[in-house]
Amino acid sequence: MSRQIVSANRLTDGLVVFRTAAGTWTERAEDARVYSVEEAEIEVAAASREGTVVVGVYAVDLEEQGSAPSRLRERIRATGPTVAYGPAAVISPRRAAGA
Amino acid sequence: MYRYDEFDHQVVRERVAEFSDQVARRLSGDLSEEQFRPLRLMNGVYLQLHAYMLRVAVPYGELTSGKMRRLAHIARVYDRGYGHFTTRQNIQFNWPKLSDIPAILRELAEVEMHAIQTSGNCIRNVTTDAFAGVAADEIEDPRPWAEVLRQWSTFHPEFTYLPRKFKIAISGGAQDRAATFFHDIGIRLVRAESGDVGFQIIVGGGMGRTPRVGRVLNGFVAKSEILSYLEAILRVYNLHGRRDNKYKARIKILVDALTLEGFRAEVDAEWDRIRGSVVEVPAEEVERIGAYFADPDWQALADNPPELAAARSRSAAFNGWVSANVMAHRVPGYAAVTVSLKPVGGIPGDATADQMDALADFADRYSLGALRVSKEQNIVLPFVRQDQLYALWQALVAEGLATANKGLISDIIACPGLDYCALANARSIPLAQMISERFSDIARQHDIGEVTLNISGCINACGHHHVGNIGILGVDKRGEESYQLVLGGDATQTAAIGDIAGPGFTAEGVVDAIETVIGVYLAQRQTGEPFIDTYRRIGLTPFKEAINAAR
Ligand code: HEM
Ligand code: SF4
Repeated sequence: MSRQIVSANRLTDGLVVFRTAAGTWTERAEDARVYSVEEAEIEVAAASREGTVVVGVYAVDLEEQGSAPSRLRERIRATGPTVAYGPAAVISPRRAAGA
Repeated sequence: MYRYDEFDHQVVRERVAEFSDQVARRLSGDLSEEQFRPLRLMNGVYLQLHAYMLRVAVPYGELTSGKMRRLAHIARVYDRGYGHFTTRQNIQFNWPKLSDIPAILRELAEVEMHAIQTSGNCIRNVTTDAFAGVAADEIEDPRPWAEVLRQWSTFHPEFTYLPRKFKIAISGGAQDRAATFFHDIGIRLVRAESGDVGFQIIVGGGMGRTPRVGRVLNGFVAKSEILSYLEAILRVYNLHGRRDNKYKARIKILVDALTLEGFRAEVDAEWDRIRGSVVEVPAEEVERIGAYFADPDWQALADNPPELAAARSRSAAFNGWVSANVMAHRVPGYAAVTVSLKPVGGIPGDATADQMDALADFADRYSLGALRVSKEQNIVLPFVRQDQLYALWQALVAEGLATANKGLISDIIACPGLDYCALANARSIPLAQMISERFSDIARQHDIGEVTLNISGCINACGHHHVGNIGILGVDKRGEESYQLVLGGDATQTAAIGDIAGPGFTAEGVVDAIETVIGVYLAQRQTGEPFIDTYRRIGLTPFKEAINAAR
């Protein structure tokens, strides 16, 4: 039986959020409520009415086992870019030069 | 550098005010997402995989140190400390808050920048050669014309809702460094036998799912008639381009449907009708705009000063950097320097706020305050004295910005791919990192020589994979990332779309396949023959056979 979580982007800052059991939104996919496909459909419809809080509400399939999304796209969306970026990813001068 | 006049200032100020109001109404709920989406897209604001993305226009890639510092400031204050320079000579910020965007746009407007024409079905930000005005092979500086086109196309009432986005590139070099054969309209400055300089007009080039090499629509259009000719093209496209199917909406599809001759007949008929009635730019206005791009006060210098020669023989690393990243200048004693944003293991095109500030300082110290964004996702310092190259190089080394790989295999062009992009099938960045690690030995890269390598995370081809000498396309294979290898593409005047060498690679597999491809090239090349020439001489087959044998 497939299970789903409900996700969206927060309107103000665009960050990825997930629906909790309390009907609020969290940035942590682990804290998302898990729904059956039928339940998720109802929740998506309800959450879509929160147009001043979130945009693009949809249901995300989870892996058969475990709690991670089944598609790579959704896993990356849930956890962020797979590469270090910005100041944390600065390459040392020596390495940059290929020395 | 073009400076805004009062009209430009006002247009941008009004747009910022208008969009600030729209953002406020969206946040309060007065505007729904359906109503707001087209408005935000007209202001360069996308919603990506993880957050909003703001695309800021860098008209024809030209920046000053002051603008670069402002971009650094925005990256630091409103984003996560970095930005991404794109193949369209723009910069993208990956994490801005919607609620901050009005403030960001105000800060940009203060330095004569904006996000207009970076999105939507309008004439997009015009691109050109990053070496415009300094390349030794230049017929004429394309920047005044790029600026004329910017003024003509910005908020052009008739061409704001075209069937699809519309991209124009203009190049002044004998060598085409602006990919004019891969734009909706490509414009090349050419000299007629009479000695007059005018424009060759190329139409219907493009990438995406239907890659096309543009075709010459008109061999010579006089400067005094350029706007009516472009209007005629756009009008034919606006009228007959398909609006029912966005995959068939680009001008290239219309040119296919009508044939080049049929399309030309339509354009000529329209041109005959409007010729003389459309307001062309008067010569004085072109001259006025041209004055903004006038030469700086060059000093009388000689090429190859003794300091340079001495430093080159003293330091092999400096010498390697000069041979790869320093381009001949049309003025003796000067050089145009490419600062690589492709360090080994880095993210192609990304620069941190600190690096942007450093680049601004180097521009002030060594390049008369001028910088350019190149379509190869690097930064160009266009006005460097040859006797200061060594000092500049040392400063770049300290910032990790002295990678000596311009035009070499690790100078990889890559789109954001699945790490950021909502449309992606596969990641581009980790693959670029793996390839640059595999070929990290700079001496080996110099031995392999000139080769372009482009990666796109999906068929939209933002990373120009169709025209890479080596191209990689990410595809979705039943939920898994898979890569297709393409060989023989060429973005220059010898334009070509690459041939598919093999589908179904894993990321590791594609890196191995590139190694194999380079092995075939090294074994087969003749003296001084770059990769693309060997490929043209021996064809796809030997490469394909070697790849299959190694798989
Ligand atoms: C991240 C958000 C982006 C989105 C949603 C996006 C979307 C698209 C789409 C849909 C196309 C195909 C257009 C068509 O075939 O009609 C396209 C093409 C293109 N994009 Fe992007 N893109 C993005 C980022 C970028 C970046 C980062 C660059 C530069 C590195 C870029 C440069 C281009 C270029 C050069 C083309 C191909 C030329 C053309 O056929 O128009 N885009 N983009
Ligand atoms: S090529 Fe595809 S994956 Fe890459 S940025 Fe463009 S739309 Fe996104």
